[in-house]
Amino acid sequence: MMSEKKTVTLKIKRQDGPESAPYEETFTIPYRQNMNVISALMEIRRNPVNAKGEKTTPVIWEMGCLEEVCGACSMVINGKPRQSCTALLDQLEQPISLAPMTTFPVVRDLAVDRSRMFDALKKVKAWIPIDGTYDLGPGPRMPENKRQWAYELSKCMTCGVCLESCPNVNSRSEFIGPAAVSQVRLFNAHPTGAMNKEERLEGLMGDGGLANCGNSQNCVQSCPKGIPLTTSIAAMNRATSLQTFKNFFGSDH
Amino acid sequence: MAASRDFVSRKLHSLLGVIPLGLYVTQHLTVNYFATRGPEAFNDAAHFMESLPYRYLLEIFVIFLPLLFHAIYGVYIAFQSKNNVSRYGYLRNWMFYLQRISGVIVLIFVTWHVWQTRLQAAMGAEVNFQMMADILSNPAMMIFYIVGVLGTVFHFANGLWSFFVSWGFTVTPKSQRAMTYVTMIIFVALSVVGMRALFAFV
Repeated sequence: MMSEKKTVTLKIKRQDGPESAPYEETFTIPYRQNMNVISALMEIRRNPVNAKGEKTTPVIWEMGCLEEVCGACSMVINGKPRQSCTALLDQLEQPISLAPMTTFPVVRDLAVDRSRMFDALKKVKAWIPIDGTYDLGPGPRMPENKRQWAYELSKCMTCGVCLESCPNVNSRSEFIGPAAVSQVRLFNAHPTGAMNKEERLEGLMGDGGLANCGNSQNCVQSCPKGIPLTTSIAAMNRATSLQTFKNFFGSDH
Repeated sequence: MAASRDFVSRKLHSLLGVIPLGLYVTQHLTVNYFATRGPEAFNDAAHFMESLPYRYLLEIFVIFLPLLFHAIYGVYIAFQSKNNVSRYGYLRNWMFYLQRISGVIVLIFVTWHVWQTRLQAAMGAEVNFQMMADILSNPAMMIFYIVGVLGTVFHFANGLWSFFVSWGFTVTPKSQRAMTYVTMIIFVALSVVGMRALFAFV
């Protein structure tokens, strides 16, 4: 159907290093069937010549799984943040514009440093501590219906798209972003994880925490995995509100 | 462990916007509405409010201190955000943006309004129907007041929606959607009250 199209044009926002000024470079590459943005970038890497015919440096980007599970290859494609592995060229309007996500510091070209997301996960203790000096035996069982909805939350791949779309995550704010908030909900829902739920809620109530959410709800609209991020945020709002009362007035559980 | 300053400030900001400020705005608009029953009814209602016992304590703790905190912290919040409605034109993102714009409008309007009425009263002027009729006889002032009142009412109604999310009352998308309708009805209803009162003075 698209075979009459001979070439693909990509306008790429490039940057040589974290401190250098960004610039735009256009590439025209031969079209192949079923291409995605990554295969287009691979083509540029194979033959790094721009649209003017000048030899240039290959464009740098990050990738991992190539099946929208790892979250590494997120970038802004035609104005929307998404994974480049599942961005099929046949479904994109040309010229295709590629840019690094703006919320994160650029490492080089399309590769960004998502450290603030991993720092956020550490801040809210988004894990279940089970390592000890002896075998604790099997944990409590999780009801199947709860497992099913918790599984939806576990699809988060820390890709950064929700933070990119959030107006409250930026260089002026310390907001941890929607992803980490939803992870607290996931681990607190787990029967073993629930044993440490207060620690995670305290993390959410820290500086840059959950209260910095402004309810623009862009995150839930943008999440490539369809995670109910705003439901998680509201659920954690309720949990931290209750935790505040428990902390202040006292509670045995 | 004590909650962080961020958490306490944000929660306090959200709470004060509804209690007492939202309630006060509603009460104020209700008193204004007496203007639709004529100058005498308005003057009686205004006089009743003026002659409430321990009036200064009420003004300080129900109005001025909450207003000051809500306004100053609100400006800080507003200028911290990086608005992106051009790229993400969803309804809630627009509301987020309008909440910040209306907040700034309300701050300008209320500052002027307090100067023009309450501070003039403190300096000896009498706040009555005639005072408002004089102010609103100027078409520019009328427009300023219309924008100010609509901005205030929107900021309250939409802020109420956020309040329900931020405190964890509305968790499901369904309940949040229902609150969108409820708060927009509140916006329309209070706008009618506010506008009818304003036009009663001209």
